Amino acid sequence: MSHGSAPAPAGGHPEAAARFVANEARTHWHDQALWFVREKRDKAASLVPDWEELRIAAAAIRAYQRGRLPELLEEFERNAVARGAKVHWAADAAEHNEIVHRILDERGVRRLVKSKSMLTEECGLNPYLEARGIEVVDTDLGERIVQLRQEPPSHIIFPAIHLKREEIGVLFHDKLGTPQGLSDPTKLTEAARGHLRERFMRAQAGLTGVNFAVAETGGVVVCTNEGNADMGTSLPPLHIACMGVEKLLPRLEHLAVMVRLLARSATGQPITSYTSHFHGPIEGGELHIVIVDNGRSRLLADTALRGLLACIRCGACMNTCPVYRRSGGYSYGWVVPGPIGSALAAARDPASHATLPFASSLCGSCDGVCPVRIPIHDALLKERRTLAARGLIPPGKRFALAFLALVLRYRAVYEAGGRILRFALRHLPRFVLYGPWNVWGRRRELPPAPKESFRDTWRRTRAAGGRSRG
Amino acid sequence: MRVALFVPCYVDQLWPGAALGAVKVLEAHGVEVVFPEEQTCCGQPMANAGLAAAAEPLARRFLEVFGGFEAVVCPSGSCTSMVRNHYDPFLAGAPGFDALKAHTYELCEFLVDVLGVREVRGSFPHKVALHQSCHGLRELGLGVASESMRPRTNKVDGLLRSLAGIELVPLARADECCGFGGTFAVVEEAVSALMGKDRIADHEKAGAEIVTGTDVSCLMHLQGIAKRDGRPLRFMHVAEVLAEALP
Amino acid sequence: MDSRRRILDALRTASAPGAPAPDLSRVGVRWEDPVARLAEAVAAVAGKLVRVPDRSALPAAVAALATELRVARVGSAVAEVPGNVDLASISDPHLLEGLGLAVLPGAFAVAENGAVWVPCDAIRPRGAFVVAEHLALVVAARDVVHDMHEAYRRISFPGAGFGTFIAGPSKTADIEQALVIGAHGARSCTLYLVG
Repeated sequence: MSHGSAPAPAGGHPEAAARFVANEARTHWHDQALWFVREKRDKAASLVPDWEELRIAAAAIRAYQRGRLPELLEEFERNAVARGAKVHWAADAAEHNEIVHRILDERGVRRLVKSKSMLTEECGLNPYLEARGIEVVDTDLGERIVQLRQEPPSHIIFPAIHLKREEIGVLFHDKLGTPQGLSDPTKLTEAARGHLRERFMRAQAGLTGVNFAVAETGGVVVCTNEGNADMGTSLPPLHIACMGVEKLLPRLEHLAVMVRLLARSATGQPITSYTSHFHGPIEGGELHIVIVDNGRSRLLADTALRGLLACIRCGACMNTCPVYRRSGGYSYGWVVPGPIGSALAAARDPASHATLPFASSLCGSCDGVCPVRIPIHDALLKERRTLAARGLIPPGKRFALAFLALVLRYRAVYEAGGRILRFALRHLPRFVLYGPWNVWGRRRELPPAPKESFRDTWRRTRAAGGRSRG
Repeated sequence: MRVALFVPCYVDQLWPGAALGAVKVLEAHGVEVVFPEEQTCCGQPMANAGLAAAAEPLARRFLEVFGGFEAVVCPSGSCTSMVRNHYDPFLAGAPGFDALKAHTYELCEFLVDVLGVREVRGSFPHKVALHQSCHGLRELGLGVASESMRPRTNKVDGLLRSLAGIELVPLARADECCGFGGTFAVVEEAVSALMGKDRIADHEKAGAEIVTGTDVSCLMHLQGIAKRDGRPLRFMHVAEVLAEALP
Repeated sequence: MDSRRRILDALRTASAPGAPAPDLSRVGVRWEDPVARLAEAVAAVAGKLVRVPDRSALPAAVAALATELRVARVGSAVAEVPGNVDLASISDPHLLEGLGLAVLPGAFAVAENGAVWVPCDAIRPRGAFVVAEHLALVVAARDVVHDMHEAYRRISFPGAGFGTFIAGPSKTADIEQALVIGAHGARSCTLYLVG
């Protein structure tokens, strides 16, 4: 049984992250695994002479799309329907699930295979269908692994990146009957191939996400390395493709830009093994396209944050984020984690995700790797302002900073405060300075405090208007 | 040329050497330095916490204190970026604000872009690791970040490299964030500390004796961790390195 | 009001600002030697590129490949290559299970990334490209394009409108980032570049 949206951890990101970090060796292993992907991305991008121009073009394509999304969706629908696809519209997650279920139920489908779709995770599709007697098999290897473990994916491209091969070996021994102690990735993958092949052969329908939809042609594009989306859509006659409204591209020429950026940003490959373009149903079959809003129109209306809709779900921001690498996908409590996930979750529901815009040092590396140039760290900063304006900042923090701001408004108060601070740092006994109230002091020494501040020295050594003699 | 020195509050109180070094370096290049004593803080901690109302009076105060100077120079990338990139919500349209933005510089970029300095006189025969503070690197463009495919240049690195005897050690991760991040250091203390620890390990593995950078905030955080863990690394602000190197 | 109306109305009232049509004049890459670049790219995606002087050499090459791969059942949609499985006669794609090697025509190959465009009319049943244990693709050497921009200019979607770029065999790195060749699709992909 797979999982819908992960529930937000009670203490939010800081508490979940602290638990993750407590296992330092494992955190370093996780961090290194994701840094490795970042390095592969760098290598791939360095081989593309027009990389930075591509990103600029991609950002422009998304901005152009945002400015005419309703017309483009209508054009897409016309062209898709002309090709024999059926197009459905879902205002929210509940409607999306109902539509998918109805399509399956009307045709007596009891066995569904799925390829990766973060949208269906967002809508909680799997548990919805399973509760109604439909077997749902996630066929992406990483997704299948976490499905068998009854866990959500921890990364949108590498769902099982938080797991070691030995743990997957134990899982496969238990669920697939592989030999005990087998942990070789090639052999485990081979076992999964056989296990899932059987599911592909028996499936009555295949459900995929949509990487890109093209208004000009009415087609949907699905990119995979494993071939699972193609297995799932070539064998059973029924294909359901679920897409958020923001997945649309205006013209085929825009697809060229995106396809050149996607795999390089996500995994460091020049392109995925399969980039399949679907227009209309397979011979003797049906193609249903479900277009989903679920809060996207609200985000489009947000002048400060609408740029987040450009996201192509590549995961590059996660791989470069020093915080994500050291806290893992489960610390974020939303289906998409990391920088873009924090921004999207907090845009959707600030109160439930109040810690996420602060789960960032604002280093800005995410902006730099984003193939569509979303200013993610700016968005996080804006969301902090929204949280403050709505009184969703912890009162202690708000009070401390407001007090500090007051002190800083008056030179005499600031100077006196500085003197007191330095005196305290130099003279208070260690057990007082490093009491439990001192969060900084848990793992760090406080800075040594000088006797003189800069301005003390300046005043002492400079006569009025003269140059330094000291 | 006459510049107003903008000294971040925590530099003023806890690491005055960075500002003293900045004065020495600027004066060595023939610049007259004044220190407007009414300055306190640019308001970054409040602004980064989303507390715009608390930050706004400090932004206005900053404009009052520093408006009208030919140039404002600051030994901090993040504080300079605050003024140039994050004051708009508070000061857009205010008289003198555009001029302030246009003439507020971090120390290294002032030396390179305004004074045209390509080589700094002096010797600094040590193995040094340059910690690339994020705001200076990405928001001010002091260098080109490792994730960018633009030709790699770096103003700070360029200045340091010109010192006689210096050896800049290459890091495994050239510009990973140290984890300070303002209130992040306290709110996400566990991750912040591990990020700092990992940076220190990288610097040590690279053979650094001294870690330098444009931001005292990063250096205080790293130094705090290094000291607690008994690591022998020394931490000096770029201004202190340049000042010490001067003949 | 139905959801379609509600969604479109909500998107309209969102009033996202209009933006100019994107300028694509600064993107694109041209290689001095596209075929050489293609060979590198195919290797980078774990495929194999084999140059063949002309189409008459294909049957022998494919037979050798089938022997090397130790596969018995070969299905071909390439006129010059006989197989022992008549793909066109298979109406149920499930019957493709056990197909050792599928030989399919590619319309062109892309030098920048080693991908081959395989349009739908070339594959019946469609599933042959992914169910077969191994894949061989045949492309004329004069049909090597520089980049994806050139590729998409050549693509249309006639008929059933399915087409796919295939870049090497299927693969995964989902277990500890260890690259494994052969996930659910083909375990190997050989590109015959003819001429």
